[in-house]
Order: sequence, then C-alpha cells, then structure tokens
Amino acid sequence: MEEKSWWDRFRRTEAFAGYTLISPTALYALLLLVAPLATILAYSFLTDGDSVTRLVWEFTFDNYITTWTQPIYRAVMMRSLSVSMMVTAVTVILAFPVAYYVSFHVAPDRKSLWLFLITIPFWTSYLIRVFLWKVILGYNGVINSGLTSLGLIDEPLTFILYNVNSIVLTLAHAYAPFAILPIFVALEKIDRSLLEAGQDLGESRIMTFWRVTLPLAMPGVVAAVLIVLIPTIGDYVTPQLIGGGKIPMIANLIQSQMLDQDNRPLGSALAVSAMLIVTVVALAFVLLNARFLRVKK
Amino acid sequence: MKGQGLRLYAILYLIFLYAPIVLLPIFAFNDATIISFPLRGFTTKWFAALADLPTLHLALKNSLIIAVSSSVLATTLGIFAARASTRYEFPGKGGLMGLIMLPLVLPEVIVAMSLLMVLLGIGIDLAIWTVILGHTLICTPFAIAILSAAFQSLDKSLEEAAYDLGESKLSTFRLITLPLVMPGIISSLLISFTISLDEFIIAFFLAGSEPTLPVYIYSQLRFPKQIPAIMALGTILVALSVLLLTIAEYFRRRGLKKTGAKDTGGFL
Repeated sequence: MEEKSWWDRFRRTEAFAGYTLISPTALYALLLLVAPLATILAYSFLTDGDSVTRLVWEFTFDNYITTWTQPIYRAVMMRSLSVSMMVTAVTVILAFPVAYYVSFHVAPDRKSLWLFLITIPFWTSYLIRVFLWKVILGYNGVINSGLTSLGLIDEPLTFILYNVNSIVLTLAHAYAPFAILPIFVALEKIDRSLLEAGQDLGESRIMTFWRVTLPLAMPGVVAAVLIVLIPTIGDYVTPQLIGGGKIPMIANLIQSQMLDQDNRPLGSALAVSAMLIVTVVALAFVLLNARFLRVKK
Repeated sequence: MKGQGLRLYAILYLIFLYAPIVLLPIFAFNDATIISFPLRGFTTKWFAALADLPTLHLALKNSLIIAVSSSVLATTLGIFAARASTRYEFPGKGGLMGLIMLPLVLPEVIVAMSLLMVLLGIGIDLAIWTVILGHTLICTPFAIAILSAAFQSLDKSLEEAAYDLGESKLSTFRLITLPLVMPGIISSLLISFTISLDEFIIAFFLAGSEPTLPVYIYSQLRFPKQIPAIMALGTILVALSVLLLTIAEYFRRRGLKKTGAKDTGGFL
C-alpha cells in the first residue's frame, strides 16, 4: 500500500514527466551506443580464437600489452595523435581571426550571411571534398598540371601528395567551419563595454585584446579545439585517400584488425585505447584552461 | 583603416574554403577524362553518363530511403529529448543528455565499429535498416541541438494560457506548441537528411552489400576513368545541399521571427 502511494506521488512529479519524455531517446542511446561500447570493452579483454570470428572467453590483458608495446601500433597511435594535434592547431589559429572579424567588424545584419558562407562547404560531401584535395595535389593534379602549363616547373612535384602534411592540410580544410562557429559564439557574448573600459583605463588595443578579449573568448577556443581534435584522431577517409593507404592512422588500424585480420579482441583494444587517448588529451586540455572556463554569471 | 587587414584575411580564408569545391563544376563540364589543366572544352556528356549507371541509381535509392527514415526517426527522438530537457528538471538530466549527445564527440569509426561488432555478434544480416539505426544515432544530437533552441525560445505563458482556457495537455501541444516549433522541426529534418545522405563511415561498415551514395562514390574513386562522372555527380550533390541548406536557413529564420527571438546566426 505504502509502495503504491509513493509511486502515485512520484507519478505526479515534474521529474516523472521528464523521465517519461526523455526515455525513448535515452533508451535508444543505451541500446545502440552504450551497449556496443560495453561490448568492445568486453571484447578487448578476451582472447582471439583460431577459427574465423571465434572468441575465446579467457580474460587477458594481452591485447592491451600488444597495443601499447608493439612498435607498429605505437607508431600509428603517435601519428594519429600528432596529426590531429597539428590539424587542431592549424585550424584553430587560422579560424580565430575569421571569427573575430565576423563578430567585431561585420555589420549585425550581414553576420548571418557570413556564417552561412562559412558553413556551406562543410555541408557538401566530405568524401568528395577529401578527394578533391587528391585531385589538387596529385601527380597529374591541378597544381602540377597548372604549374607545368604555366612553364614554372618541368617535372611534376611529388612531395605534395601521400605524406603527413597533405593529410594535415586536407583535414584542416575539412574541419575549418567547426572551429569558427564556437569561437564566433564566444566572441559574440563578450560585453563590448569591457573593451572600451580597458582602453579608457589606458591599455593599448593589443593589450586589451590580450587581457580582455582573448581570455573571454577562451571557452570558444577550447570548444573549437575539442570539436576538431576528437573526430580527426579517428579519421578514416583522409589517410586512405590522401595518404594513399600507406600512412595509416588509428581508424585504419582498427578496421584492418577487426575485419581484415579478424582479430576482434585486438581491434577492440585499439579502439578502447584510442578513446582513452582522446579522453585524456581532451581532459588535459580542458584542465589547462580551467581558469578561463569558470563562467561568470 | 581598422579591420581592413582582417577583412582581406577573411576573404582569402573563404577562397581557401571554396577552392576545392569550385573545381567540381569546372571539371564536370571539361571535355577530358583526365582531371588536369589546361581545360579541353565544354561538354555535358559526364552528366549524361550518370543516367547509364544502374549501381548509382540503386545507391541513390538506398541513400534516399536511409536519409528519409533516419531524419524522421532522429527528429522524433530529438523532439522527446529537447522537450524533456527544456521543460522539465529532474535528477540525472545532465548525465542522460550527455549520453544522448555523446556521438557528437566520439570518433565515427568507433561508433560504426562497435555497432558492427554487436550486429555481427548477434548474427544480424547487414542491410539498409542497420545503416538507418546508425544514422539515427548520429543525427539525433544535431536534431536535439536545433530543436532545443526552438523549444527554448517558446514562451511558456502561451501554453499556460491554453491550459487556463480549458485545453488538455495533448491538444495544447498539438495546437500551440507544435505549430510554434514547426520551423525548428523542419530544419532538424533537413539537417538530419543532409547529414545522413553524406555520411560515409557508418554506411561503409553497416550497409553490407547494399551501396549508399557515398559508398558508391568511394568505390568509384579507384577508377580514373570514372572520375569525370563523379565530378558531375559531385556538382549535382553540392547544388542540392546548398539548396536544402538555404531552405533550412529560411525556416530557421522564420521560426525565430515567429517566436520573437533574436537571430544569433548559424546552425550549431
């Protein structure tokens, strides 16, 4: 009886209404995201059997030991991390002035148009955009054929495709709008009178930027860094197309272990390790910038 | 002049953003099989060639089925979550919403691979609907981001007025809330549709033998002979997504006007 009245009271609360309403979406995420992630976490501690797709239910750390000690895997993980860090640095540093320009120097009624222009390339096929860089940088590509027909070079340049730099360039281009938007939003929130106050109190324009604008824009910069860093570590297409498949990153390795080699435990350990790296790097970055992120209400 | 240097930089940056895309129409209309300068002359034969590719047509059909289903499912799930998070307070809301939004900050290959492992583990055959499952998962956070903005700018007193005038909860939602957030729903549908149509990784791993448009394009990139036709296809796709986005942006602005909110710009 008492149970029922508790239930009856709970049914009328705001919390119950909230839980009911959110439950379909939350259940979907639990079934299709949490359960699969838990599955690969479990797989990563199992042993790979002899026959195809067979798993042996023996608990082991071997997959992680292999992942973290074998030079090939370590090299690929380090490459993924360094590529995505370079991409993030390039993207955010190039994007900041654009966000600053749109926020501070564009008339309010033209801002939407600028943002629209910036976001359009992002909504066009990612695959085709990546491939277009291959067309631009390739042996018979746009740059080489253009320079040859202008008579500037005799032999096609070979150093511009199939290397880490071309991967960085392609990814930096692909993720550019992702970096601009959060920085723009943070800049928009800055109270303009703070900048006037800074200058009235005798700071130069550059010092006002350095001591007022930049610290206040940091939440946006942090968001931009995370939004670019996380997906680029796991990028599959660009190493495949621009790297010519010879410069694999972690996503390519996970795919080849899980499907081609059919070593699901090792593939799972690689995937879990990749997620760990992403989380650690992201958290470290957030903590480093913690003093900027305390929001003043 | 203040800001002139920045303006020049911003314009150069836009040129950098658009440079690869501009090449699409240039080479789609170029009368040569090799993608290189100098240009050889104008032709529309690459567009005509698209009509004779049965696999492409199958891929297009699959992609449309997947994109329509995923956008409807994601928007429906998005409405539940956006409404719950903007209207009600309950313990664990932050955690639950974080969980639902998680695909935004997870490398796609991990989402795809973990789903694939479960599907293979259970022994489910890969098909179009398994791609729909994955696409719904990754489109839902985008739908929620758009719909939350729509629900947030909703004036609560309008609903309260309807209750006071004797409408039930359901009829109030249908007569007051839904029409007011309709622009948000439409732009959520369009954005989810665009994301699903363009998504490659999940489709690549979960589609089995059924090609989707990006998977088809990826498979054709290996054959140099097919590249001009792919350029033509790319041109059409870019034109279509610009059109869809313009419509989505139109509805977003109209929605803001309807509820009287300030235009903060942008989709995200």
